[in-house]
Amino acid sequence: MKKLLPLAALVLIVVTVQIITEWTDTRFYLTQLTMSAYYALLIIGLCVVMGYAGQISLGHAGFFAIGGYLSAALTTHNLVAYQNSALIRMLDGLGVLVSGQDIYGDALIAVTPWAACAVAVVSAAVIAWILGIPVLKLKGHYLAMATLGFGIITYRIVLASEYFGEADGISEVPAFQLLPGLAVSGDFGAREENYYIAWGLLIIGMILLRNLIDSRVGRALRSIHGSEEAAASSGVDTARFKLQVFVLSAVFAAVAGVFLTHYNGGIGPSESGVMKSVRYVAIVAVGGMAHLWGAMIMGVILNFLSLRGVFGSYDDAVFGLILIVVMLFAPNGILSLNWRGYAYMIFRLATARKQSGGKTDGPA
Amino acid sequence: MTVELFVQYLFAGITYGAIYAIVAIGFNIIYNTTGIINFAQGEFVMLGGMISISLLPYLPLTLAIAVAVLVTMIFGALLEICFIRWLESPSVLRMIIITIGLSILTREAALHIWGESIRSLPYFVGNEITTVAIWGARISPQVLWVIGACGLMVLFLSLFFQTTSVGREMRACAANRKAAILCGINTRNMVTLSFVLSAGIGALAGCVMSPITSTEYSIGTGLAIKGFTVAILGGLGNSMAAVGAGLLLGILEAFSISVLPLAFKDAIAIAILLVILFVRPHGLFGSATAAGLKEF
Amino acid sequence: MKYRSIKFIIALLIASLVFIPTAAADTVKIGAILAVTGPASFLGGPEARTLEMLVEQTNAAGGINGKQVELIIKDSGGNPEKAISFAKQLIEEEQVVAVLGPSTSGETMKIKKIFEQAQTPLISCAAAEVIVNPVAQYVFKTPQKDSYAAQKIFQTMKDKGISKIAVLAGNTGFGKAGKAQLLKIAPTMGIEVVEAEVYDKKSKDLSAVIAKIKANKDVQAVVNWSIVPAQAIVAKNMRQAGWDVPLFQSHGFGNIKYVEAAGAAAEGIIFPAGRLLVADMLPDGHPQKALLTEYIQAYEGKYQEAASTFGGHAYDAYIIATAAIEKAGTDKAKIRDAIEQIKDLPGTGGIFSFSAEDHNGLDIDSFEMITVKGGKFVPYGNALAAPQNVKIQ
Repeated sequence: MKKLLPLAALVLIVVTVQIITEWTDTRFYLTQLTMSAYYALLIIGLCVVMGYAGQISLGHAGFFAIGGYLSAALTTHNLVAYQNSALIRMLDGLGVLVSGQDIYGDALIAVTPWAACAVAVVSAAVIAWILGIPVLKLKGHYLAMATLGFGIITYRIVLASEYFGEADGISEVPAFQLLPGLAVSGDFGAREENYYIAWGLLIIGMILLRNLIDSRVGRALRSIHGSEEAAASSGVDTARFKLQVFVLSAVFAAVAGVFLTHYNGGIGPSESGVMKSVRYVAIVAVGGMAHLWGAMIMGVILNFLSLRGVFGSYDDAVFGLILIVVMLFAPNGILSLNWRGYAYMIFRLATARKQSGGKTDGPA
Repeated sequence: MTVELFVQYLFAGITYGAIYAIVAIGFNIIYNTTGIINFAQGEFVMLGGMISISLLPYLPLTLAIAVAVLVTMIFGALLEICFIRWLESPSVLRMIIITIGLSILTREAALHIWGESIRSLPYFVGNEITTVAIWGARISPQVLWVIGACGLMVLFLSLFFQTTSVGREMRACAANRKAAILCGINTRNMVTLSFVLSAGIGALAGCVMSPITSTEYSIGTGLAIKGFTVAILGGLGNSMAAVGAGLLLGILEAFSISVLPLAFKDAIAIAILLVILFVRPHGLFGSATAAGLKEF
Repeated sequence: MKYRSIKFIIALLIASLVFIPTAAADTVKIGAILAVTGPASFLGGPEARTLEMLVEQTNAAGGINGKQVELIIKDSGGNPEKAISFAKQLIEEEQVVAVLGPSTSGETMKIKKIFEQAQTPLISCAAAEVIVNPVAQYVFKTPQKDSYAAQKIFQTMKDKGISKIAVLAGNTGFGKAGKAQLLKIAPTMGIEVVEAEVYDKKSKDLSAVIAKIKANKDVQAVVNWSIVPAQAIVAKNMRQAGWDVPLFQSHGFGNIKYVEAAGAAAEGIIFPAGRLLVADMLPDGHPQKALLTEYIQAYEGKYQEAASTFGGHAYDAYIIATAAIEKAGTDKAKIRDAIEQIKDLPGTGGIFSFSAEDHNGLDIDSFEMITVKGGKFVPYGNALAAPQNVKIQ
C-alpha cells in the first residue's frame, strides 16, 4: 500500500496537470511535457544501472538512437523498388508491411510501426547483451571509456550512413498507430492522447523498476553496489544481474527512442551524440543516483525547461552550473537535501533577524 | 604505397598522435595525484590558444604565448582551489560530473566572450603555404614545431618527476596518498600543482597547434575525448604509455584513411580501442594489479 | 521522502503554469529558430545578429504598417528535437505570423510538416534543395540552390579545360546535399569524379586525406563542399603538401573569416557566391548594390565583424517576410500568398521572384564566380556582369 501511494499520486498529478492546461487554455505545455516524459523513461532505466547496479554508462544515447533510428528508417524507407523480391513478398505475407502514398502522392511500401518498433527494441536489447558481456567486466574509468566508445561508434555510424540520412537524419516518420484511434504522432489534434501515452509509459516503467528494486534482483543489485566481491562470495551471480539490468535499461532507452521519434516525426544525429549521454548521466546524478523518483523528477524538469528554451543561449551553461552546484553542495542529489530543515532554518533566520533588527535599529 | 605517400601518412599520424598524447598526459598528471579524470582538460588547450590569439595584437608572439600559458595555469589553479580542494574525500563519479560541469561552463563562457568564429595564431615560421620536403613528402614546418614541442614537454615532465624534489613529492602522492601525508608532504598543494602543470602543458599545446588546427570555443570536447581514449589505451596514470598510445592511435587513424572511407575513421579507432579493452581491461601498457587498486 | 518529492513536483508544475504569455495587440510577432550556439553556431550567430539589427531598424522607422515588430529568437543549438519543440511553441503559444530559419537543413526537414499543418509560413535559412523540392505550401528558403552552384563550378572547370576532379565534403547537411548534387550533375557536364571523401565537420587536420587524393595523378582539380571552418584546413593542407591544382569551394565559403584562417593558402580559391562579397565592385545602378552596401555598413558598424553570406540568408528571410506582411497584414495564409507573389525583390542572395512552383525565388544568375586575391574576395574572370535581366513571369 505504501508503495502504491506515490504512484497513485503521480497518476493524479498527471491527470490534474492535463485538466489545468485545459482550463487555463495552455494546452501547449503538454508538447514539452510529453517529450520530457520520454527522456525521463530513458533516465529511470539508466538510474537503475548507475544507482543500483553501480555501473556507469556514458553511451545510453546510443541505445536511444538505435531505437529511434531503426524505427524511423524502417517505417520511412520506401521498399517499392524491391516489391517483387521474395523477401518483401514474405514480409508482406506476415502482415508487417504497409502500403500507401507519401505526401507527394507516390506509391509507398514500408514496414509497419509495430513491426519496426519490435525490430528496434529487440536490436537494442541484443546489442546491449552482446556489448554488456565484455564491457561490464571493466571497472571505473575503463568502463566509462568503453561505454563512451559505444556511444561514439553509434554516432559515427549514424552520421556516415546513407541509410540513416547522414547529417540530416530522418524526417517524415509516420504516426505509430498503437490501437485503433490511439496513435503516437505530433499532430496538434493528438496532443492530449500523446501526453497520456507518454506518461502512461513512464508510469508503467516506474512500476516495473520499483518492483525490480524491491525483488530479489534488487537486493542482489544493492549488494553489488555495496561490494561486488562480497556479493560474489555470498553466492550472488553478479555478472548475470549486472547484464540483465544493463539490457533492461537499453530496452527502456530504445522504447523511449522509438516513441519520441514517432512523436517528433523524425530524428537527427544529435540524439546519439556524446553530449546527450553525458546529459543523461548528469541528470541521474543530480536526481540522486540510487533514487528512482529523484531521477524521474529531475529528468522531467530539466528536459522540460531545456525544450522550452527557457535559458536561451545559456542552456548548456545553466546545465553545467546545475551540475557543479548540485555535486558540490548536494552530492546525493537535489532531493536528498533536507528541504524541511532548510525551510525551517530560513524561517528561523527571518524571524531572528526581525527580532534582533528590532533591538539594533533603535540605537542606530 | 609509395615511400612518399607512406611518409606523408606517417607525419600526419605523428602530428595527430603528438596532440592526443599531450592531452592524455594532462589527464594522467591529475589522475596520478587525485585519482580523478579531469574532463576540463580539453578546455585548457582551447584557453591557451584563445588567450594567446587575443593577446597577439599587443604582444610579440613568444610573449603572448608565455602570458597565455601563465593565465591558463592560474585558471587551472583557481579551478582546483574553488571547486575541488575543499571537498572531503569525494567519490569519483562526483568528481567526473563536477569536471564535466566545469568543462561545459568554460566552453560556454568562451562562446560568449570570443564568439563562435574561428581564429588562429600565425605560423611560427613561414606562412600557410610554406612547406619542407622530407623523404619526398611535403609538410608544413609547423608540424615539426608541434612534434618538437610535444617531445620537449615529455622530456621536461619526466626530468621534473625524476629529479626535482617537488616532482618526487608528486609521485609519492600518486603512489600512496596516506603515506605521503605521513611523510609530511602537503598533498593538497600537490593536487593544486598537478592542475597548474596540466593546465600549462595543455595551454602550450593549444598555442603550438593553433596555426595548423585553428582555435574555436568548442575544440575542447573533441580533444578531451581523444585524450581520454589515449590515456585509457595506454593505461591510466602512465604518461610514457600515453605517448606510445597517442602515436599509435594517430598513425592508425592516418593510415586507415588509405583503405577506408574517411567518414568512418573515428568509429574504427574506437572499435579497435574497445577490442583492446576487452582483451586487456587495464590498457595496453597498464598493470592489472594497479588498476584493481584504484577505486571507482 | 517520497511525499517530499511529490510536493516538489506539484510546486514546480504549478509555478510553471502561472506564467502564461500574453500577446500585445499592436505588435507583429515573428519567430526565429536559429542555431546560435552548438556546432552550427557559425551560421546561427551571424543570422541572429542580423535579425536583431534589422528589427531594431524596422522599429526605429515606425514598424510595419505602423505596428512594432516583436522578434522571438529561439536558440536550437542545431538540435532537431529542440527545433521541433520551439516550432510548436512559436506557432501555438506565441502565435507568430511567420518563422524565420532554422539554420540547418536537418532541422528544417524535421519541422516542415508542422508548418504545413499549422498553416504558418516558414522561411528557412538552410540550403538543401529538398526543402523546397518538392514544394510544400508554407515552406520557403533563401539560400541559392546547390544545383546552380554545382553548375557554375562545372562551367568554370570546363572553361579551364578540367575534366577529372576529386570531391571533398563535410559531414553536415550542407555537405551531404552538395556532394549529392555534384555527383549527379558532373556526368551531364562531361566531368568525371575520380575521388570522393567525406570528412568530419570538426576536423582539425586533413593532411592524410589530402595525401590520399593527391596520390591519384588523374585529379586535375578539387571541389570542397562544406560550410564549416574545416574548409580553410583543406586549403592549407593542400598547399602544404605542395599540391597546386585549382581548389574550388562551395557557396559555404562566403565568409572572409575562412579566408583569414587559410591565409596565403586561400589565394586563388574559386567559388560561387551571392554578390554580398563583392558589393563594392558592383556597377552603380545594379539592383542589389545599394541594399548590399547598406547592410554591410550597418552590420560591420554594429558588430565589428565582417558581414557574411550566412547573415545575408537571414536578411533575405526577414525582408521577404516583412514585404509580405506589409502587403497582406497579419493573416498567415495571406502572408503565404503574398510571398508567392513577390517579384523582383532585391536581397543579398540575389533578386527574388517567387511563384507557386518556386519557393526559392532565385535563378542561376544570383551566383557570381568569385576568387581570392590578396586576401580579398574579387570577381573571377570577367568583370561583373551588367544589371541582369530579371526574370518576369
